[in-house]
Amino acid sequence: MNVNINVHHVTRIEGHGNIIVKVENGQVKETRWEVPEAPRFFEAMVRGHYYTDVPYLASRICGICSIAHTFTSLQAIENALGIELSEEALNLRKLLLHAETIQSHILHVGYLALPDFLGVPSVVPLASTHKEQLLTVVKLHKLGNEMCDAIGGRTTHPVNTVVGGWTSVPDSSVLKAFQQRLREAVEDVKALAKLFQSLDIPDFKRETEYIALYKDDEYAFYGGEIASSDEARRTPIKDYQKKIEEFIVPYSTAKRARSLRNSYMVGALARFNISYEKLSPFALEIADQFGLKPICYNTFMNNVAQLVEVAHAVEDSIRLIDLLLQKPPKASWYDGKPRAGRGVGAVEAPRGLLIHDYTIDEKGYVVEANMVVPTNENHQNIEEDLKAYLPQLLDKPKEEITLRLEMLVRAYDPCVSCSTHLLEIEWK
Amino acid sequence: MKPKVAIFEFGCCEGCQLQLVNLEERILDLLELVDVVPWREARSEYQEGPYDVTFVEGSITREEEKERLKKIREESKVLVALGACAHLGGVNCNKNVFDQNEVRRYVYGEMAEWFPSIPAMPLSAVVNVDYALPGCPIDKEEFLELVKSILLGKKFRLPNYPVCVECKKAQNLCVFDKGLFCLGPVTRAGCGARCPSFGARCIGCRGLVDDPNLEAHKEVMQERGLVLDDVLKKYRLFWGYLEVVR
Repeated sequence: MNVNINVHHVTRIEGHGNIIVKVENGQVKETRWEVPEAPRFFEAMVRGHYYTDVPYLASRICGICSIAHTFTSLQAIENALGIELSEEALNLRKLLLHAETIQSHILHVGYLALPDFLGVPSVVPLASTHKEQLLTVVKLHKLGNEMCDAIGGRTTHPVNTVVGGWTSVPDSSVLKAFQQRLREAVEDVKALAKLFQSLDIPDFKRETEYIALYKDDEYAFYGGEIASSDEARRTPIKDYQKKIEEFIVPYSTAKRARSLRNSYMVGALARFNISYEKLSPFALEIADQFGLKPICYNTFMNNVAQLVEVAHAVEDSIRLIDLLLQKPPKASWYDGKPRAGRGVGAVEAPRGLLIHDYTIDEKGYVVEANMVVPTNENHQNIEEDLKAYLPQLLDKPKEEITLRLEMLVRAYDPCVSCSTHLLEIEWK
Repeated sequence: MKPKVAIFEFGCCEGCQLQLVNLEERILDLLELVDVVPWREARSEYQEGPYDVTFVEGSITREEEKERLKKIREESKVLVALGACAHLGGVNCNKNVFDQNEVRRYVYGEMAEWFPSIPAMPLSAVVNVDYALPGCPIDKEEFLELVKSILLGKKFRLPNYPVCVECKKAQNLCVFDKGLFCLGPVTRAGCGARCPSFGARCIGCRGLVDDPNLEAHKEVMQERGLVLDDVLKKYRLFWGYLEVVR
């Protein structure tokens, strides 16, 4: 059997990527994952800018996780300048990050991945076949977005989150209203979980390393230490280069990364595998319904791990709002003099571990920058998964192989605008 | 027959397309009126041109993209630049002040030559653009207004006054009085002075108003403590392609 597949620009992902597959006489000759997207050189372009302007630029790395990029950037700067955030300002950041996680995970699970599982090319036909379920998806997506809008000032590219704090904070009435909607959202998450339980999620396993932030006292999204499923040792964020090695391949504009193995995975499944015990009771309940337990090596279950995290984000947001109502944050930010130094920030973006590393000079200008973004970290793991999955599919028709490979890539929720941009399969 | 609408992207964060997804159920209403193909971010279906209306986000950052954009232009009756990257070159132009080889080496090291790149530019530097929807990201309500205007054959006009006008209407405390450096006096309104309304400064994402008084603005910024080079760096955040910051 000879099969040549070139899927150019895999659709329903945020960015461009190509899958290149070559099979001759039933033998796989080539399996490649290419990212041809135009590189934008953010690390180079932030240099020379004053530190207060850099988070606004960093936000523009990704339209889908702009809040995660903003916070990572702010954290790096705050670490460089030795600024400590107040507890309530930090709680508000955690709440806004949850809002983005809800928005981003629901976008992926509901709008981009669900059509695959229901056998349609986009979310549009679901308006007539699965109206009720689609309205649930819309409702949750809206909730995440409207929280981003009200708390961060805009759904995409937040405006009021600045070095050392906030230029504005939401009224308690706004927070209370969201808390009520979050309570109602519990039933919506349950309904969505029920829908996914009825779907046929492919059974595919390949052992790999999972890397995510870890904290003793909570399911880590904001800060922590770098943890791995392959070792007990944890790495402080500032030493990330001791844990992660970035490298480049000629056929792809996005960087790649590896650690203890040839590749590793970041994102919802990685966090789930590493911080399972820290999940909220409701999130554990949803995981239980799928029989999902760490360590899970099935990449397709990343979709389910995202649902579990939506449950966690909803429940933990309710808790955070209680804290914010007890101890409201104030509109205040850092107004002091800059100083020279280096700072590293790390946040779990929806798609995984995100790191910004800046060096600032004594006048406050950023002079060096490095950024490690989740989809880049996953590229090598995507390619390894494709290599392992393809031989299991060779008895199927070409269309089905293509769809399955695309679904595997989409399970990562790849966002190639971060890593530069992504998805074309090219059957060669 | 429903008008055929296409959405394409070049170098950008795709946040503008995301605003279309964020229309949520209203997108289905829109799809009653137009047929949106291709739309790679949300759908797998693809249809070849010509298209009645084409939305393009992102800026041009590679030589071969110019040809692709010219082809899109030929196939499109109406071409709309979607968001700051397509409209102004946007944040991507912040790399233009560096030597492009140095920029490539800084990010890709020894492998720099594998990654060709040219100074970033807006769509209008390569082709004729019929409408530009400003903002980083675009405002989804303004997007709907533009779509309605195009479908009904009405004129679509952006406000031609600065953000300050909307900021005063919103009764915000002047951002300068909080010790921040605001680009609102010279930036085109239409956002409802969103950033100042959230206590922050305007960073100019919607581009310059027609005939801005830049000399006066530069003076104010300098009186408040910035040196000229710092003023230009703030202009460069979104206006790097414009003469005024070069």
